[in-house]
Amino acid sequence: MTIRKTLSTAIRALRRNVTRSALTVLGIVIGIAAVIAMMEIGKGSSGSIAKTIASMGANNLLIFPGTAATGGVSFGGGSSLTLTAEDCDAILRECSSIASAAPLVRARPQLIYQDKNWVPTFVYGSTPAYLTVRDWSQLADGDIFTDADVRNASRVCVVGQTLVRELFGGVNPVGKEIRVKNVAFTVVGVLSPKGANAFGMDQDDILLAPWTTIKYRVSGNSGSTTSTSNSSTSTSSANSADSTFPGAAAVFPAQSSTQAADAPMPVRFANVDQVIMSATSGDQIKSAIREVTSLLRERHRLQKGEPDDFSIRDMTESANALASTTNMMTNLLLAVALISLVVGGVGIMNIMLVSVTERTREIGLRMAVGARSRDILRQFLTEATLLCLIGGLLGLALGRGSALMVQKFLRWPIESSVEAIIASIVVSAVVGIVFGFYPAWKASRLDPIEALRYE
Amino acid sequence: MTDVLVKLKDIRRTFRMGEISVHVLRGISLEIERGAYIALTGSSGSGKTTLMNLLGCLDRPTSGEYWLDGLEVSRMSSDARAMIRNKKIGFVFQNFNLLPRTTALEQVMMPLAYTATGLSERNAKKRAVELLKMVGLGERMDHRPSQLSGGQQQRVAIARALINQPPILFADEPTGNLDSRTTAEILEMFDRLNRTEGITIILVTHDPTVAGHARRNIRLRDGMVESDTIREGPPPTLPSHGEPAPDPERQVA
Ligand SMILES: Nc1ncnc2c1ncn2[C@@H]1O[C@H](COP(=O)(O)OP(=O)(O)OP(=O)(O)O)[C@@H](O)[C@H]1O
Ligand SMILES: [Mg+2]
Repeated sequence: MTIRKTLSTAIRALRRNVTRSALTVLGIVIGIAAVIAMMEIGKGSSGSIAKTIASMGANNLLIFPGTAATGGVSFGGGSSLTLTAEDCDAILRECSSIASAAPLVRARPQLIYQDKNWVPTFVYGSTPAYLTVRDWSQLADGDIFTDADVRNASRVCVVGQTLVRELFGGVNPVGKEIRVKNVAFTVVGVLSPKGANAFGMDQDDILLAPWTTIKYRVSGNSGSTTSTSNSSTSTSSANSADSTFPGAAAVFPAQSSTQAADAPMPVRFANVDQVIMSATSGDQIKSAIREVTSLLRERHRLQKGEPDDFSIRDMTESANALASTTNMMTNLLLAVALISLVVGGVGIMNIMLVSVTERTREIGLRMAVGARSRDILRQFLTEATLLCLIGGLLGLALGRGSALMVQKFLRWPIESSVEAIIASIVVSAVVGIVFGFYPAWKASRLDPIEALRYE
Repeated sequence: MTDVLVKLKDIRRTFRMGEISVHVLRGISLEIERGAYIALTGSSGSGKTTLMNLLGCLDRPTSGEYWLDGLEVSRMSSDARAMIRNKKIGFVFQNFNLLPRTTALEQVMMPLAYTATGLSERNAKKRAVELLKMVGLGERMDHRPSQLSGGQQQRVAIARALINQPPILFADEPTGNLDSRTTAEILEMFDRLNRTEGITIILVTHDPTVAGHARRNIRLRDGMVESDTIREGPPPTLPSHGEPAPDPERQVA
């Protein structure tokens, strides 16, 4: 019996009882639809999480001053003043797996523009390299401040989109002056929109200025009122540094000479809150951590066995945890969908068994006119598989349809996947073969004489 | 010239039912030449259907030899017997055994699905149409069984039995479910097939009128051949059912 004859015989048999065929296939339709919808919605949400991670900087690393030790007395991150801007320069110079690095000084002051005020989520002091690290170099308007501005502690800044909206009422702020704790800053640029990070914080609610300016002109003015995140600035060394810096020209020579002096414990008045870096690529993160750790241990003159006086955090870690939660949910729902497929398969088997019993006379007749038992087996197997394939295709359409509905009405992200489509077709065929086999085998084992006599 | 198509040698068939065994056929030896027209008669339970199943290669004898068209088929595998059924044997059943919700044309073409050296779809269809025209159903090719009378259904079944041009046609009480008028039509068709196409026909019947159409009458009793007679002279004129002409009969062996 040729494949074409087998197929046309199967189609004819299925058409003989359309309603039953449709009902039989319903389980598979629903199962496949559920699988497809789960896959598309799951992939969509993990895709959007991946995008969020990328926007946070997937290759980014953070260095915090202070020990990461859990045993003994811990003063918490930032409690020691070990991290300096020179460390940052040295890292960039000597660590081959670091693409770029920027020091970071944080504050949380109030901003005033005309009659409005606003406390942004992020007020960062850094260098122009910060935007390179964050992959954020494309500005919406104006320009980033320069390295010279950093050296001079110039009162310039760039602002994020949320600030433009909240403080400037949507008017282009470039060239405008805002007051940051009684210091007048000139806005020189507007950042491009970045969106929320993985923790839901608005990354566009930001003011970015030279770190020297933030450290010595903003935070230094009233260290006690700055936020806790800025504890380092409230120390005497910072304050003394502040008084010695009417202009910024002296900052760097003083630092480099300190470095050159190689004193046992130099006064680190150029300490920063964090150093943010980006590795050359995602898989370089591990070696970057190794390189930076050994460099900083050397620069900080830590003896063997002494704990690190800094800690390095990998940005992807927490984001990955989030992604794996989503993945787990998707897999769980997928498992449920697969179970419904198995239930659908049992339904197919059930109906096929009924069909074999009902068509006993037909089977007997086919055997009488020359069908071998393998022909009968193949015919019923083909019917079951065809039924499941049709169900799979219908389920595919239904699943895609409902995923699109979810996207349209619930605004969830979805992502179609070719693998899921191929897999669902293969799975439905396999369900047909597996669950169709027993009824088909039973049919093929019938005795033609008995079957012909069956009432 | 005697061209032997069927040869049975001491055929026995025993059914085992738990402890006891039922001897249904108890040593049947027969020779049937090509082109014969045979009626198999006998009282109910005498083993006619059992013998027909053996002749039709649906069943295998417990012992004995069965030669069909020069082949010993009683030792063949079930697949080989399926092929014999497909190519050399046509079946007509008492209850027609048509597929439900299937057109007459598709019914007739159905056995071709199991023919190894298949005809092209077009030739197959052509032959099926010819056969349906021959049995007088040229106008009813797209009808389903529910849209056909009993006689018409049986004619579809006959066309189906002939699709592979078998040399022999088995019919177990083919007119058992039909009225006398339709019976006459079906018998006329058998007569014609036997006369013009040279097809060997073996039919089981309880009806002496039907048996009267055959040229040879084999009578079974308790699983053995009770009598084997050949009718001489012309076949009874049709439609002459009801009062069979008392033809002179001659005992064979
Ligand atoms: N599969 C079987 N198992 C056991 N006994 C059987 C089987 N088939 C037939 N028989 C027995 O064989 C005997 C002959 O049956 P068979 O059907 O051949 O009779 P028949 O001559 O065709 O009768 P009828 O004219 O009523 O159709 C019966 O007694 C029946 O009970
Ligand atoms: Mg019988």
